[in-house]
Amino acid sequence: MNAPATIKRGVIMVRLRDSAIRIAAIAAAIALWHVLTARADSLFFPTPDKVFTAVWDDWIRPFSTTWSENLRPSLTRLLAGYLIAAVLAIAAGVMIGRSRRLADYVEPVIDFVRAIPPPALLPLFLVLLGIGDSMKVALIATGVFPPILLNSIDGVRSIDPLYLDTANVFRISRLRRVTHVILPAATPKIFAGLRISMSIAVILMVISELVAATNGVGFRILQSQRQFRFVDLWAGLVVLGVIGAVLNAGLTTIERTVLRWQRR
Amino acid sequence: MRGLVGAAVVFGLVELLTRAGLVSASYLPPASSILRETVGLFGEGEVRTSLWSSIKACLIGLALSVLVAVPAGLILGLSPIVHKATSTILEFLRPIPSVALIPLAIVIYGRGTEMKVALAMYACIWPILFNTIYGIRSVDPVAADTARVFGLGKVKTATRVHLRSASPFVYTGVKIAASIAVILVVSAELLAGGASGTGIGILMLEATSIGDQPRVYALTIVTGLIGLALNVVFSSVERRIFPWNVQDDEAP
Repeated sequence: MNAPATIKRGVIMVRLRDSAIRIAAIAAAIALWHVLTARADSLFFPTPDKVFTAVWDDWIRPFSTTWSENLRPSLTRLLAGYLIAAVLAIAAGVMIGRSRRLADYVEPVIDFVRAIPPPALLPLFLVLLGIGDSMKVALIATGVFPPILLNSIDGVRSIDPLYLDTANVFRISRLRRVTHVILPAATPKIFAGLRISMSIAVILMVISELVAATNGVGFRILQSQRQFRFVDLWAGLVVLGVIGAVLNAGLTTIERTVLRWQRR
Repeated sequence: MRGLVGAAVVFGLVELLTRAGLVSASYLPPASSILRETVGLFGEGEVRTSLWSSIKACLIGLALSVLVAVPAGLILGLSPIVHKATSTILEFLRPIPSVALIPLAIVIYGRGTEMKVALAMYACIWPILFNTIYGIRSVDPVAADTARVFGLGKVKTATRVHLRSASPFVYTGVKIAASIAVILVVSAELLAGGASGTGIGILMLEATSIGDQPRVYALTIVTGLIGLALNVVFSSVERRIFPWNVQDDEAP
């Protein structure tokens, strides 16, 4: 047998072993969950089969209802706030990152706003904007803004000055310099900010729906709690986990596509 | 200097907008009255107790999570097989936003300190765990091998070599976790309401319900001050104990 084929077989064996370990571990975790909850027999901690049955019966089977009642309202708020903040924060980040003087003026204010834990803005936003969707979108946008801004500033600042000099020598227009030199070079850092922000966006979406909403995933979780349906509450948590994982996977895909040039 | 100018401009703008009547005082009170209210808050005994109650819950939760996450991170970082086995499970648990657990925590632990501590602890475990794993992984293998050659046992190598050289990473995790603890505690207070608890979030709810706008703004600023204070404390400790490792990290 020749060497490459042996190596290939070795790689396949290692992969197989790894997936076997993973699957075994997941099975073990679910088994442990089952044993612990079955033994505890607590109202608050249902067994996994009940939870997954609830996910199937209450979320997946009536998908068109859950989509329009819970998933779509939540995702719309989340993405609206996230996108608004991303556009504004990247634009502001480019400006502040390019100008040391501007940065000196605004940085203390940014630092202070960033220090406020985003959910603490909730009472204020309730007072200012009421309990509607605009409050939730504004809350998400405000909470998500600082990490994207700071990472954009950082990314723009750490651009190799050679790029900018080259752009200067070639007399590239201001706009093109931003779109073709500055933004691409800062993109890896910007994505770091976008990734941190995604989890903050999910947190703010949930908490704003827990406080004041008539639809959405958070609202449904709160309803389950109020009606003492703890299996449904856990099913809601599982759904939120899936939403978070899907959003992260989506962001990673976009990042890979955008940053393909950077890979090698 | 310029920073002061920037802050002064914001202050002046808010003051001007409200004094000129362009923005209704029920939306945005004049900056000077917000400032006066903020300073006044620290004179109230009730505010000081609430503040301490919130900070205490954060710190206890943080400390407990360190006790769980650092040993777990040490094991996961040292053993590739354990890490491989658990990684899928961790990747599934991590995206569940911890604030979604608040309704569950309220029914299990009630509305008091215990509930806040439990939530803060759960949420703080993640950044500390992942930073510890990362730190242990990036330990120089030569250092670990040297320790082994000198006959240090497995446990001693793990604690004296791995844990020690990973400690800056662990600390970064703790620093990130500290701000997450504040988020969780304030959120929990806002959702649990004023039934039996004390805390800065509960004061906020009370101020909101009586429509005392300057007080709502002032309390929001105070939570920002908690965040800032924690940040300053953690960063200065970091500079003292890991002087070689000071950098900007973009914690949420």
